[in-house]
Amino acid sequence: MVKIDGSGNDDSLITISSLDKQYQRGTETITVLTGLNLDIGKGEFVAFMGPSGSGKTTLLNLIGGLDKPTSGNIIVDGKEITAMSGKDLAAWRARQVGFVFQMFNLIPVLTAFQNVELPLLLTGLSKKQRRAQVETAMALVGLGDRMMHYPRQLSGGQEQRVAIARAIVTDPTFLLCDEPTGDLDRDSGNEILEIVERLSSEHNKTVLMVTHDPEAAQRARAVLHLDKGILQEAAGGVS
Amino acid sequence: MIRIPFIYNLRSMTVRWSSTLVAVLGIAGVVAVFLATLSMARGFRETMKSSGAEDNALVLRGGATSEIMSFLPLEHARIVGDAAGVAHDVDGNPLMSIEVVMGLPLTRRDTGQKNNVLMRGVSQQALAVHDTIKVIQGRFFKPGLAELVVGKSISTAYKDLHLGGTISFSGQTWTVVGIFDAGGTSAESAIWCDANLLNQAFKRRLDVFQSVTVKLGSPEAFSRFKDTLTSDPRLYVKVERESTYYENQSKGLTTLIKALGFLVAFVMGIGAVFAALNTMYASVSARASEIATLRALGFSGRNVIMSFLLESMSIALLGGILGSFIILPLNGFAASTFSMSTFSQVAFAFMITPDLMVQGLVFALVMGFFGGLFPAVHAARQSIAGTLRGM
Ligand SMILES: Nc1ncnc2c1ncn2[C@@H]1O[C@H](COP(=O)(O)OP(=O)(O)OP(=O)(O)O)[C@@H](O)[C@H]1O
Ligand SMILES: [Mg+2]
Repeated sequence: MVKIDGSGNDDSLITISSLDKQYQRGTETITVLTGLNLDIGKGEFVAFMGPSGSGKTTLLNLIGGLDKPTSGNIIVDGKEITAMSGKDLAAWRARQVGFVFQMFNLIPVLTAFQNVELPLLLTGLSKKQRRAQVETAMALVGLGDRMMHYPRQLSGGQEQRVAIARAIVTDPTFLLCDEPTGDLDRDSGNEILEIVERLSSEHNKTVLMVTHDPEAAQRARAVLHLDKGILQEAAGGVS
Repeated sequence: MIRIPFIYNLRSMTVRWSSTLVAVLGIAGVVAVFLATLSMARGFRETMKSSGAEDNALVLRGGATSEIMSFLPLEHARIVGDAAGVAHDVDGNPLMSIEVVMGLPLTRRDTGQKNNVLMRGVSQQALAVHDTIKVIQGRFFKPGLAELVVGKSISTAYKDLHLGGTISFSGQTWTVVGIFDAGGTSAESAIWCDANLLNQAFKRRLDVFQSVTVKLGSPEAFSRFKDTLTSDPRLYVKVERESTYYENQSKGLTTLIKALGFLVAFVMGIGAVFAALNTMYASVSARASEIATLRALGFSGRNVIMSFLLESMSIALLGGILGSFIILPLNGFAASTFSMSTFSQVAFAFMITPDLMVQGLVFALVMGFFGGLFPAVHAARQSIAGTLRGM
């Protein structure tokens, strides 16, 4: 269930109402999002498209609790994250959100294993339990044999797969992927998209993905267009 | 609290090794200087303190702060010897040494320059009173003869002070007939001779001396002995335990060394803190996107601060350990200094003890803390979204 008219529904995971986001650059005020409403149900796979600078990353960052809106609120799983303190937000991100970035953002001085283990260090899991979780996540992205490799020893596609393993290792409520294939060639991009699709269909993860690629967007169950701060349903309609 | 794994800091430190090394060396240098001065002060204090015995008492004229400034007529010295608490030899004579001191300029072997050496005129019983002192070569001087017994540490440091050597002063030729050992204490930096003869040689009054040292029946007899003398209306004297006297004599100089040491270490420390700050700020800005990623994964600002503080304090600890090792060979290194209380040179050794090394490491950690605090807070305050966007 994806709605952009602000009418809301009972089983939505993410509810965004009257969201405004402005940036201050010197004396100039840049309005990025205006009065944005959005409802996303559990298990949805939503793609966001739109011209560069239209605010896609801004929206994703707000939903992921990395940034604060100018006004309006975001409720995730019954919790108003826009009212949380920075400390609570950090703890919330650790449990609920998995981020996948365009540039992978792996820690270069840590091995693939150590990178994937990072989010687990914020849980109370034992070393043994952590190892088991990391192994499961790495196997899921098909890199069970690359645990001890450093990011620089991996291809771009492999790096992004490690990043996905890191995003899902804590079994978060939803995934936020900002142009996950933007820095990859078509083949590795497709591999990544297949993994994301599988996470949605087989593991029932809620996925929000920003992309410039219509083919990638095709894989989502719903496609939304963001332009000049306004969300619109794509030509194909919203499921 | 410490959630970001230390391996992350460790690897980052080695990746940026040249910058890390600058900070490590800066702190190592400061800790080395800091420890050098502390070990110097410590060595000097210990040398001085052990120069005196617990069961000896030193009697000076009332108001005198050192032997140099004191004088005691012979008749007063006799009253001191008769006081309660004083030990006696088998013949029933009180164990006391009536003494005079003066500085004598002598030539150092190494530099060829003249330094004042402490001449101490003592009584025949001096060895029974100063019972930690042993004649290790030759013999004790004979009363009335121009003979010298020389402390071990200066017998080799000065010309003609070896056994059998002769020096001339005040129109007489004096022969070294013995070498004594005082266990490395400051007493070893002196030359002993007959007190009466020294008074004669320098044309001082023959019935006036400067101090009396007595051996007490026990260390506990001190207060009785002191009370007896200070309440005697015929006397105006100051009574101190010998060990206390020497320790106090060292205070002025150790305080001065320490104060200078702290000042230098503080100023250098500020420099080292800035070097550490620089290293950490550079490191934080180079790793801005890593920090933002960690924050996005759910690590809190506090986690980030702890991580970077831990990193800068590890750098500092490394510097501290290096500084301690640089300075360690100085342990036992002999030096000498001018003692204000006797106007003469005192030989002592640098003394680097575990507790001083701990102080050095604590100092390093303090520098690391201040060098890391602001960069760490800065790292935690960066806007996550802004940094991830590459701004
Ligand atoms: N911290 C900031 N300060 C000022 N302006 C900002 C800031 N962050 C984003 N903006 C501006 O907000 C607008 C939206 O940026 P955003 O990154 O969300 O766009 P986007 O849709 O993700 O673009 P792209 O497709 O290029 O990634 C842009 O005009 C950008 O310059
Ligand atoms: Mg973007």
